Formats: sequence, C-alpha cells, structure tokens
Amino acid sequence: MAGIVYLREPVDERLTRARIAAASVCDPEVPVLTIEDLGVLRDVRLAGEAVEVVITPTYSGCPAMDMISLQVDLALEKAGFAARKVTLSLSPAWTTDWMTEAGKEKLRAYGIAPPVGRAKGRGALFGVDEIPCPHCGSAETERVSEFGSTACKALWRCRACREPFDYFKCI
Amino acid sequence: MQTPLLTYTLRLADNALVLGHRLSEWCGHGPMLEEDLALANMALDCIGQARNFYTYAGEIEGKGRSEDDLAYLRDCDAFRNILLVERPRGDFAFTILRQFLYAAFMHPYFERLSASKDERLAAIAAKTVKEMAYHLRHSAEWVIRLGDGTEESAARLQEALADLWPFTGEMFEVDETERALIEAGVAFDPAGIRPLWLDTVDRVFADALISRPGDGWMQTGGRRGEHSEHLGHLLADLQFMQRAYPGSTW
Ligand SMILES: [Zn+2]
Repeated sequence: MAGIVYLREPVDERLTRARIAAASVCDPEVPVLTIEDLGVLRDVRLAGEAVEVVITPTYSGCPAMDMISLQVDLALEKAGFAARKVTLSLSPAWTTDWMTEAGKEKLRAYGIAPPVGRAKGRGALFGVDEIPCPHCGSAETERVSEFGSTACKALWRCRACREPFDYFKCI
Repeated sequence: MQTPLLTYTLRLADNALVLGHRLSEWCGHGPMLEEDLALANMALDCIGQARNFYTYAGEIEGKGRSEDDLAYLRDCDAFRNILLVERPRGDFAFTILRQFLYAAFMHPYFERLSASKDERLAAIAAKTVKEMAYHLRHSAEWVIRLGDGTEESAARLQEALADLWPFTGEMFEVDETERALIEAGVAFDPAGIRPLWLDTVDRVFADALISRPGDGWMQTGGRRGEHSEHLGHLLADLQFMQRAYPGSTW
C-alpha cells in the first residue's frame, strides 16, 4: 500500500526522503559516524524508476563497504522504496577533506583524533604531523604505528595523559 | 588472445594480489603487535587494489568472469605479476625491504597513471596512490631502523638487498603490449620514474647506512607468465578452497 502513495510523491521529495534514509546509515567500524559525516555518501539520484545511492570506499580494501551497501539498501527498503540501487564509485577518490566538521567533532568526542590539515600530495609523504590528544587536548603526542585497528586509522600515544588513541589518517 | 588492455590490467591486478598474499602470510606472526597490524593492513590495501583491477579485467574480457574467477581459477602461467612479489616472504627485513622497493616505484607510478586516458584505470590508480604513500613511508622508516640498528639487523637487511635487487629491473620493463598503451596515453612509461625511484632508494639507503648494489643482470619473465616455483606454492595455498569446493561462498 505504502508504495502506491510514494509513487505519486514529487521527485524532489522522494529524493530528500531517500537521502535522509541513506544518510542515517552508520559506519560499522566507527559507529558514531554516519556515512554522510564520513563523506562516503556521494549522491542520491533517480535511475529510471529506482532510487540510486552512490557511495565511495575510504580505502581500496575497506571491508566495511559490503556491509554499508547492505545497510543502505535496508534503510531504503524500510523507508518504502521498492526499486532501489546502491552503486559503488571510485572516482573521484575519497579524501578526508570530505569529512564534515560535525563528523570530526563526533570523532573527537568518541576518543579518535580527527584528521588534521588537508590531504595533500607528496608534501605529506615524509612530513611529521602534530596530532592533539582527543582525551586531554595536549599536543605532546607521538606516533606508535602508522597502521592501527583499521586501515583508516593510525595508533598514537599521548605523553601528557599517557593514554593511547586512534588517529583517523589524513588522506 | 588477450587485448593489450586486458593483459595490462591483469599485470596490475596480479602484482597487487600476489604481494597482498605474501604480506598476509605475516598475520599472527609479526615481530610485534603493531607491526602485525601494519602488515595485515598493507595486505588488505593490496588485496583491495587487486579486487578493483580484477573486476575491471573481467569487464574488459567480457566473458562474465568475476574478480574471484580471475584470482582463484587461473593457473600459474596465466599470472602476469613481476617475480619480485612472488619471492617467499623471508624474514622481516626481506619483507620490509621488498615493500619499500615496490612502494617507492608504485607510488609515483600510480600517481602518473591517475592521469590515464582510461577513466577506470585512472580512478583505481588515484585511489591506490594514497595507500602506496603510507606503504612507502612505513617501509622506509623500517629500512632506516634496521640498517642503522644492530649488527644483526643491518646484516639481514644487506642480505635481503642482495637477494632482491636482481628482481627490481622487471618493474621498469616495457614490451610491445605496453608500448602501444603508452602511446595511446592509457599506460605510463615506467622509464620516466626511474630517476625518481633511484633517488628515493638512495636517500633512504644513505640514512640506513647501506649501499645499493650495481646494476648487474636482472631477472625477468613474470610479466610473460614465466614464473618461479614459488608462485605455484603460493597459489596452492590461495586457491585451495575454490579448487576443492568449486563455487563455495562464505
Ligand atoms: Zn592526552
């Protein structure tokens, strides 16, 4: 029954509803962030009769993408969309610059240091970043490992409060 | 008969898959927890890159083969990876030095390939280059730490270098297949980044207090499907499930 009502819905309202549904999906590895906060949600559009949601992976090997696709599909189904499609797009490549300010604040509150600065090219390669501690705010921190619990995070330690923390890498 | 674009894409895919598998062999065996995670993360990056290239290769071929079919159901002589990546993982110095030599090449290579006239290759390359930047930084730091470390770590690193160096020449090879793609603006001529690669290698080796061997005879063959016995052993491990239980899924 619900489907019949939605078909008569104006296109822009349908898309807005689809966008709200898709944007509510959280990253399974960083559950405080929605895929919209992360910049993984790239587009919501019409593909014929279907609503199409376009997402992009953070890293090539990101194991969360299958789960995110599935959850977006479920969210759309729950919102009453019978015809739906989730598309994975590689280009343009995801960058931490797409993470929203609200997303960065949520990360910090969760205990993960958000990416610092803007993703740049070769300059960032051998540069040393200064990452404030998400717990106490101290700048007296050091990198323990370039690779943390997931591909998108590095492992850091605070010299002031002695707490270890994850840093969301800037790429 | 494969089209040049298919062969080229398979070469990129096979390099990433085979190296990713070698890195994954360290999972649970790293010298310390942080490094275990780092090696597993780098493996994941490589396997993710391989998936993107295989999916595209399957589409170019147009016979309905999936990324899994290409990874799990081809025999040794169909693989087109360079010999460098199929060498057994060796000790930690060997693994890290291989990763460094490879990433120092692949980082600038994919940077240039991201301007390919083939949109799909360009997109995958742009994604990959960011990951290779981390592999390069991480492995370079370890090369310096090992070279400028203890007598044993320096000796092992120098030994690994003697083993690996003859396998670096193949990264710069270009055959007719690739020449046509380079001229079409689809592929990129690796000769163009050799000075940059040597510069990166020399700068890191200087800090690591080790010296680069002279350019002697170089190993070749992997890109034409002529492999060492090591690839067979690797594929036996990698492909076992799909060969024993065809079509099995998680
Ligand atoms: Zn602190």
